[in-house]
Amino acid sequence: MSILQLLWYSVIGLLFALFLILDGADFGVGMATRFLCYNDTERGLVLRTIGAHWNGNEVFLVTAGGAMFASIPLWYASLFSGFYIVLFLILIALIFRGVSFEFSENAETKQGKNRWMWANFFGSLFLPFLFGILFMDMIQPVPMDSQGNIFASFWNVINPLSLLGGIALTAICLYQGLHYISLHTTGLIEYKSERLADNLYWAAYPVEVLLVVALYFQTNFFERHLYSTLILLVLIVAMTVWGQIASAKDHEWQAYFASSLSLVFIVMLVFVGLFPYVLIAENPAHSILITQASSTPYTLTAMTIALVILLPIMLAYFIWSYIYLSGRISLQEYEKMEKQDESY
Amino acid sequence: MFNLGLSVLSLARFQFAMTTIFHFFFVPTSIGMGLMVAIMETAYVITKKQIYKSMTKFWGKIFLLSFAVGVVTGLIQEFQFGMNWSNYSRFMGDIFGAPLAIEALLAFFLESTFLGIWMFTWDKMKPVWHALMIWLVFIGSVLSALWILAANSFMQHPVGYAINKKTGHAVMTSFSAIVANKQLWYEFPHVIFGAFVTGSFIVAGLSAIMLFRKKSPEFFRKSMRLGLIIGLLSCGGSFLSGDSQMVYLQHDQPMKFAADEGIYQNVKSPAPWTVVQISDNKTKRGYGKIEIPYLLDILSYHKLSGSVKGMDSVNAELHKKYDKKFGKHMNYYVATNTLFYSFRIMAGGAGALGLLAILGLWFSRKKKDTIMKQKWLTFLLSIATIGPWIINSCGWLITELGRQPWVVYGLYPTAAAVSPSTSAGEVLFTNIIYFVVFATLAAFMIMYSLKILNKGPKAVGDNDNYDLEDPFSKEAFK
Repeated sequence: MSILQLLWYSVIGLLFALFLILDGADFGVGMATRFLCYNDTERGLVLRTIGAHWNGNEVFLVTAGGAMFASIPLWYASLFSGFYIVLFLILIALIFRGVSFEFSENAETKQGKNRWMWANFFGSLFLPFLFGILFMDMIQPVPMDSQGNIFASFWNVINPLSLLGGIALTAICLYQGLHYISLHTTGLIEYKSERLADNLYWAAYPVEVLLVVALYFQTNFFERHLYSTLILLVLIVAMTVWGQIASAKDHEWQAYFASSLSLVFIVMLVFVGLFPYVLIAENPAHSILITQASSTPYTLTAMTIALVILLPIMLAYFIWSYIYLSGRISLQEYEKMEKQDESY
Repeated sequence: MFNLGLSVLSLARFQFAMTTIFHFFFVPTSIGMGLMVAIMETAYVITKKQIYKSMTKFWGKIFLLSFAVGVVTGLIQEFQFGMNWSNYSRFMGDIFGAPLAIEALLAFFLESTFLGIWMFTWDKMKPVWHALMIWLVFIGSVLSALWILAANSFMQHPVGYAINKKTGHAVMTSFSAIVANKQLWYEFPHVIFGAFVTGSFIVAGLSAIMLFRKKSPEFFRKSMRLGLIIGLLSCGGSFLSGDSQMVYLQHDQPMKFAADEGIYQNVKSPAPWTVVQISDNKTKRGYGKIEIPYLLDILSYHKLSGSVKGMDSVNAELHKKYDKKFGKHMNYYVATNTLFYSFRIMAGGAGALGLLAILGLWFSRKKKDTIMKQKWLTFLLSIATIGPWIINSCGWLITELGRQPWVVYGLYPTAAAVSPSTSAGEVLFTNIIYFVVFATLAAFMIMYSLKILNKGPKAVGDNDNYDLEDPFSKEAFK
């Protein structure tokens, strides 16, 4: 395996991790509109905190997909066609959540606004669930032919591990979003989001334990990568503990940091566990290695040059946009802003 | 699951056509309206006249709606290469993924980040900087068009590649050749001018609707004139870039060119241009022709002599060239009627838009209500709003259907590109859901746009009194 192949395998993982950290918080905020908020003003307020950023955050997913297509195309081709229905449902959820922000702005009646707020909620609820399913599906042995075509049955898509992965990712995204809200608001809504996160953490432990059991039975991670798998699982649990303690002590940044890291470790669990494969077939001879699936050294070099030039620039303005628009808003300030928008 | 005699191939092709055409209603709208809004805000920065700020905000709302739908329908495109066309992705991944990844990294982040800033910093940022934000969004959208067209151009005219003997996959040998692809630099200006036509005629056409209904005449007259000026210039740009593309096409993809003109047998100079005909690929003849003498020579050679190759001899050439590689059964004739009429609707439509722009500018040159007396013109301009969408779609039908039977011209047949693991039932199911989703999105999109329009440029007060108030007073705009 060349350095470039390893680099791009890691870049894809990094992009997925950044997507989950940043857009994961957006999913959490979307879920919070029903789990946390009592009325439309509160809902508007929490959505306002991600209004300028969610679209940019989603681009990490698009970039991850593009990077996968460009650097390990056989992985992209087999994965996307093999788990067809999961990808399709992800698209539908992305579509309705994506338009909900702009459409709810433009709906004039209360019901009209509510319709799109619900679209946002369900999109935000299903997306982490579906991504959890996808991530756990892609690490299990699947029926695959020598050409890399996956013929997934219903049980290859829906099984204990994938469902637990879906639930776990949904839960983590929810408290990731709650931490985000507590960092970007003041007053009652900040307090409420902290308390909800506190309680939610207790639900995470049983899911994590069950996930480890399912991982043991449904993947060969423990045979192939015993130590790294164990270390990462310990780290995920440790991050949950840290997040819970930090949240209970109202250390908002620490809690956000901890839940972000737990998302990073989940992605690492997937990527380290799969390594050096990208897909594992039921018939071991058909499993696809990174080395078989990747682009040529020429393409990888060209892509690396593009990445080295473009990524720093992109990160610079991306981070600037977060800093420039940082600050907390309260319910009162939000209501004032809304009135100003309407009076225009 | 189902067996309706539908193949995965035809369903996947239908899905590609449906999703890209729907997506491409919003792409040129966003690029073109991005330009319009950026010009309006720049006018505000320079003149400091509140009416331009009001214009920026008003048209900005419709721009944002279109942008939102454009983004979500664009996601489908990135996914469906893998989902429906996995063999294509395997064959082309080494080449095709790179422009997509660069597009995301270079263009999508630029667009979305600065659009987010632009939306929420009206009161926070100095007008000059705020206007810069929308220009950055516009630049991002143009760059995104450039890179996706770089990928498309490779499919039209492959360059900078080699075929790996072991895997049979195409591999990149020269990144610079892919970016310098001649096809790209003919295609890109044409698509971009088409996008400008779209954005400007939406502004002009929607303004015409309001002028027809005698609402806020000063605001909409100004908006319409701005739209028509940009629209007229862009129509000119589309014609010039389209013309050079057609001249290039004659040699690069002669079948596409011949089908655009519905020519089966070679024509010798002086060649007439066919206005109407029913083409039949079976008998290889065109029926019910109406012709204009000499015009084809002028169009294709810009002079009164020249000869154009017909589809029959192109077909023979293609068989001679490719039979060894793809076999004798390949059908090199393309959807002649679709291409023939798409070409006429596209070129004729753009001509009509240009003419309407001239008339609109002429009749609105004087103050206020001259244009409102020309009800026929505002009526026609209102209808012209949807013109660019039809024209753009026709352009893409020509480009993509004319490339058949290959997905990558001369390299890889469309029939081989489809995913072997997906079933017809799955693709049929997703087609139905996509159709319903698109219908829903379109319905809300139209409803909300009309709501914005009806509400007029100002939320409080009577729209009709808009011009009677002092437009520069602080109370009038906030």
